[in-house]
Amino acid sequence: MLFPAGQSGGAATRVVITGAGIITALGQGWAVNAAGFRRGQPAFRPVTLFDVSRQRAKVAAEVHLPESEPPPQIHPHEWRRWDRANHLLYHAAREAWTQAGWEAGGPVSMVLGTTSAGMARGEEYFRQAVGQPQDFRAQAGRGLHYQAQRQALNVQRALGFYGPTVFIANACASGANALGHAFDLIRWGMAERVLAGGYDALSQLVFCGFDSLQSLAPVQCRPFDRRRDGLALGEGAGVLALESEAQARRRGAAILGEIAGYGSSTDAHHLTQPHPEGDAALRAMVEATATAGIRPEQVGYLNAHGTGTPLNDSAEARAIQRWAGAAEKRPRVSSTKGVIGHLLGAAGAVEAIVCLMALREQWLPPNAGWEEADPACDLPLITHPQEARVDYALSNSFGFGGANASLILRRWS
Amino acid sequence: MSNPGIYVQGVGAVSPAGWGVAALREAVQRGEPLPVSALERPGWSGGLAARKVPPAPVRPAFMAHPRLRRASSISHFTVAAALEALGHPTPPFSGEGLGIIFCTMAGPLNYTRRFFAEALKDPATASPMLFPETVLNAPASHLAALLGVMGPVYTLIGDDTAFLSGLALAAQWLSAGRVERCLVVAAEELDWLPADAFRLFLRGHIASEGAGAILLSRQARGLGAQLAGVSEPFNYALPGGAAAAMLQARRQVQAWDGRTALLCDSRMHLPRHDRAENQAWHDWPGRCWSPRHVLGNALTAASAWQAVLAAAAVPQEAVTAAVVSVAGCNHQAMTAVWTPA
Repeated sequence: MLFPAGQSGGAATRVVITGAGIITALGQGWAVNAAGFRRGQPAFRPVTLFDVSRQRAKVAAEVHLPESEPPPQIHPHEWRRWDRANHLLYHAAREAWTQAGWEAGGPVSMVLGTTSAGMARGEEYFRQAVGQPQDFRAQAGRGLHYQAQRQALNVQRALGFYGPTVFIANACASGANALGHAFDLIRWGMAERVLAGGYDALSQLVFCGFDSLQSLAPVQCRPFDRRRDGLALGEGAGVLALESEAQARRRGAAILGEIAGYGSSTDAHHLTQPHPEGDAALRAMVEATATAGIRPEQVGYLNAHGTGTPLNDSAEARAIQRWAGAAEKRPRVSSTKGVIGHLLGAAGAVEAIVCLMALREQWLPPNAGWEEADPACDLPLITHPQEARVDYALSNSFGFGGANASLILRRWS
Repeated sequence: MSNPGIYVQGVGAVSPAGWGVAALREAVQRGEPLPVSALERPGWSGGLAARKVPPAPVRPAFMAHPRLRRASSISHFTVAAALEALGHPTPPFSGEGLGIIFCTMAGPLNYTRRFFAEALKDPATASPMLFPETVLNAPASHLAALLGVMGPVYTLIGDDTAFLSGLALAAQWLSAGRVERCLVVAAEELDWLPADAFRLFLRGHIASEGAGAILLSRQARGLGAQLAGVSEPFNYALPGGAAAAMLQARRQVQAWDGRTALLCDSRMHLPRHDRAENQAWHDWPGRCWSPRHVLGNALTAASAWQAVLAAAAVPQEAVTAAVVSVAGCNHQAMTAVWTPA
């Protein structure tokens, strides 16, 4: 039963990471992404997936989807019908699954975050339905593969497992909320292992949406820079294999790190703008540090939401200042959205993996695009690649509708 | 985390039967399918079969709120059902200690479709007013803003079973002490796009819209019903597909089967759609309600109606338990059980 649930009993369960999968515009897999984030080299290019000639912005961090054969459980015809987002999710999930050494056949819970699932399939459906209303060819497949639940089923079939699946669509905080919810499930004794993360693919509707709001940077995404004028979109997926420490130790798994804290809150100020003082962001960070049982000064690196929009960055900076206190207590901060863009529903999960990389390999990713200080964003920004000893990292994710989430990851030694 | 009792503090609904739980109950108890109207579909003269929510008898006061004036009907349904579940509180609201779990499958599709149509026509002039309302968590955000909620607010997406997953999640939040009360709401709005997609799979499908809401708490006072259990979701990748999944979901609530219990299922009296539930519940000895047969298929909102009706029936119909059975359209099967508080 999901409820009532089994008792976790006794001491709090530690939630460890035994697998991590990532795909972004930097490439597929841990190694290429770690090298790219460490260097801080932007991965933007002209959009090729749809026509952007009438848009203000014309670039995005588009993924080169690797050519690959379908897994044995998936028919090639079915494989071709998978949406781009489904392929991104599969690549990340497979990497995490394989690294964790989990075997097919058993039940595994899954928690995923997304903002638009297979929107590109939905767009195709709409175009045909209005353009050729009597033509129903392929429409059933488009209707199915647009939906997140189908995409999760596809991944489960491909990797050979089944189990309860939850999808959180909290806008740009979705991926972080998904990891946070998975953390809660294990911590509360409701699951021993969970495959969790976020995914989103570029779509015309979403690109046009941000462009219509004039939220996209026409030239360059510059998080926390004085001249910042918007975000840049990206696409990708990040998936973590999470399990209780006891379960991981029982099977002798290599532990990559630990999720130590999670906080979520809601900003009711406006549908698309944060409260200027960052009240809800502060609340999420305070809850995350309290869950982890640490003080802000113990956090050595903070991966900011840092979209590069004027209001978001100053509100987040204010929240970080209030959370950390005096300037000397503030952790070093960067936003990696200047490298891979804003991945929407995938952002929180991918950025948690960036934190994991920083903790594992002891370097800090630079804030690409930053050139000029803004007094409204007075933070110890990481402007160049650097090595550092870091034990705790905090990742912020804030979304439309005021959905805020903070995660704390701990180095495993 | 402990497993304390989780009680129903209030219920709310908006449906083709009207605005409020009373209208919903009356329609389902009568058992006669509501009249069907045509939903306009581009390129077709006949339209698609649908059951719409009638206009509210009195314009709800919340529609004057700055966040809700221009919001889509899915947000209006969400707020109306939630306020009824909260007992129609008067502003200003106190959202302290309140969590919100909003569930949907199709989401705010009216504005999404309109925005994309504008984007295809000329992306340079697509309306920036529409786009923020297309985001799946917009209804939850509006509700949170209206109620002043600063705590956790999740939007769950999925097939018809998402509402039952939401009930289980609310019970987890309450058990862990993360919130003191939790609103679980599901809502859908009619749009020709999902209605058209369903028609491809299911002849005779009648699309519907509305919302259902349940306010849960650890306090025993309230409606007189408690959440006794929510099964695991059994997904259709299991050998045996939907029928096997539904049967497993029934097994998890076997303890509450009985002649004095009520079954509130997701059957629509369409053999192809109902197959899994027909097999799983063929020997059910007690009373049975099938709200979708009367009201149409409003996806997650229809599952919320089932749960609302079942929770309300426990004290009002003098049943020993009320079982909610949901065979999702393409993902999984789940059950939930209400018992007297």
